[in-house]
Amino acid sequence: MSMHIEQKLPSYRSESKAMGLEPMAINLGPSHPAMHGTIRIKAHLEGETIVFADVEMGYLHRGFEKTAEAKTWNQVVPYTDRLNYVSPIINNVGYALAVEKLIGIQVPERGQYVRLIMSEISRITDHLTCIGASAMELGAFTAFLYFIKAREYFWQLVEEVTGARLTISYTRVGGITRDLTPDFRERFAFCAAELEKSMAEVDGLLSRNRIFLDRMDGVGVMDRERSLSYGFTGPLLRAAGVAYDVRKAFPYLVYDRLDFEVPTGSKGDNLDRYHVRMEEMRQSLAMIRQALQQIPEGPINVADPRVMLPDKQAVYTNIEALMNHFKLIMPGHGIRPPAGEVYFPVEGGNGELGFWVISDGSDRPYRVRVRPPCFPLMAGVEEMILGEQVADLIPIFGAINMIAGELDR
Amino acid sequence: MSESALYQKLASSLGLEGLPEESLGTVSALVVPAASWHAAALWLKQQGFSMLIELGAADYSKHPLPHPGRYAVAAHFMALPGFERACLKAYVPAESPALQSLCGLYAAANWYEREAWDMFGIDFPGHPELKRILMYEGFEGHPLRKDYPLGRMQPLIPMREAVDYEAVRQAARRAGQGGA
Repeated sequence: MSMHIEQKLPSYRSESKAMGLEPMAINLGPSHPAMHGTIRIKAHLEGETIVFADVEMGYLHRGFEKTAEAKTWNQVVPYTDRLNYVSPIINNVGYALAVEKLIGIQVPERGQYVRLIMSEISRITDHLTCIGASAMELGAFTAFLYFIKAREYFWQLVEEVTGARLTISYTRVGGITRDLTPDFRERFAFCAAELEKSMAEVDGLLSRNRIFLDRMDGVGVMDRERSLSYGFTGPLLRAAGVAYDVRKAFPYLVYDRLDFEVPTGSKGDNLDRYHVRMEEMRQSLAMIRQALQQIPEGPINVADPRVMLPDKQAVYTNIEALMNHFKLIMPGHGIRPPAGEVYFPVEGGNGELGFWVISDGSDRPYRVRVRPPCFPLMAGVEEMILGEQVADLIPIFGAINMIAGELDR
Repeated sequence: MSESALYQKLASSLGLEGLPEESLGTVSALVVPAASWHAAALWLKQQGFSMLIELGAADYSKHPLPHPGRYAVAAHFMALPGFERACLKAYVPAESPALQSLCGLYAAANWYEREAWDMFGIDFPGHPELKRILMYEGFEGHPLRKDYPLGRMQPLIPMREAVDYEAVRQAARRAGQGGA
């Protein structure tokens, strides 16, 4: 047990030890409605206070990294959907950018804008899920319904563009599967209006709500120093007052052309996390609006026959395109990035999502390592919940927005 | 690249010269000897690199290019407020791979090192509780090693026998004929 954890528990342990009391062990999970996915927290209580906790993960481990080594570069894309399944597009984009960096190609401007717009929609659905679900766990079921309704509109928009709601596999190495639909602007304007309406409603319901404030304010505090030491990124680090955002610090796609703010908190408690996420959704909306104004016409995919399949019409009518098609599809041929490695970070819903891809020059990845944003957050849970009441475990855990898919891979 | 100047200072503070750098696309990594792993991280921390963003491992045993050791561990650090990044990489040999734990420097190292141990069997002396994290207790081997077969199964409970549908169908047919 680290020194910091010992400091957080001043007297409980010694007092109860003197009285000869044993802490009561309580198991939350692996299957528990508030444990969003499968994770187990073994908490030891003295009264209502958590004095010892052990976080056990790995229940959703499906060997993503091992499987990726046996698939071709493009076949890995559907597996990345299943990493963070509330913002799958960001995973797709992160993986595609890493492989493109390895090959040394860049998607045309319109493709980059489309990727950015879809990523930001994903971020909005991510935050809607997080805030909605944690509000529901505190009893605010109405807020949950409002946000899930707004999320539904965005998922319909995603479905319209990509053909699926969650398992979308939207990117390919060198591009995306489909361009935005012709009526995207109007549909987005409708979704944005609905979102702003429900955000105003939820803001009115929660932000000054006595019960909500009592449960969130000053709960689950992780200060700046400890957040940094744990390697926190994303909304949790920003809530602790560090304005680190991969989109600002290491801009990828066309984020450097957009005007946006990185909201920060000061205390690093649950309430700051809630406010940071709410503000990020507003920023994402603003970003999509700017991107829709700037987006140029033109191709969405790279015109590089080494990575992109030729047009189907051409495959059926001329021999070069047919050969090109088979060269990309046959086992042992396909996309072959040069031997080397790349670490590419993007800003996921929960923080820095990094892909470390290693190529040995063949048509299959040699190694794909994911830096899941939740992983360091979950490592910090133990320290966050110690000394808190057992009922506070739920909002703390909800504010982390743990996604077992990317945590356990 | 600004990292090179930093890496030269780091190498000279360790009393080493001519440490190779590897490009990771977005950042370049300084390859340090396994014995200097902790000292290099400590130096970075003293220079203001207060975050350990990522720590991951890889097994290069089947890689066509030569590497100075079978396994490599790469750690990414970041300094505030300018968000400068640095990356250290250390190669460890196939026999008893080990690197000194960074848990004393960064709280983040705890789980990352547990994962590297679980997946690759790299030992981290000085880690307070090096146990499996993704796999379960009692699991044999380290699954992300290149010599661990992809299809190997280690079920915790015995698998059920597959139903022989053809036999079921035939039995149903016989029963149907008898009835008619």
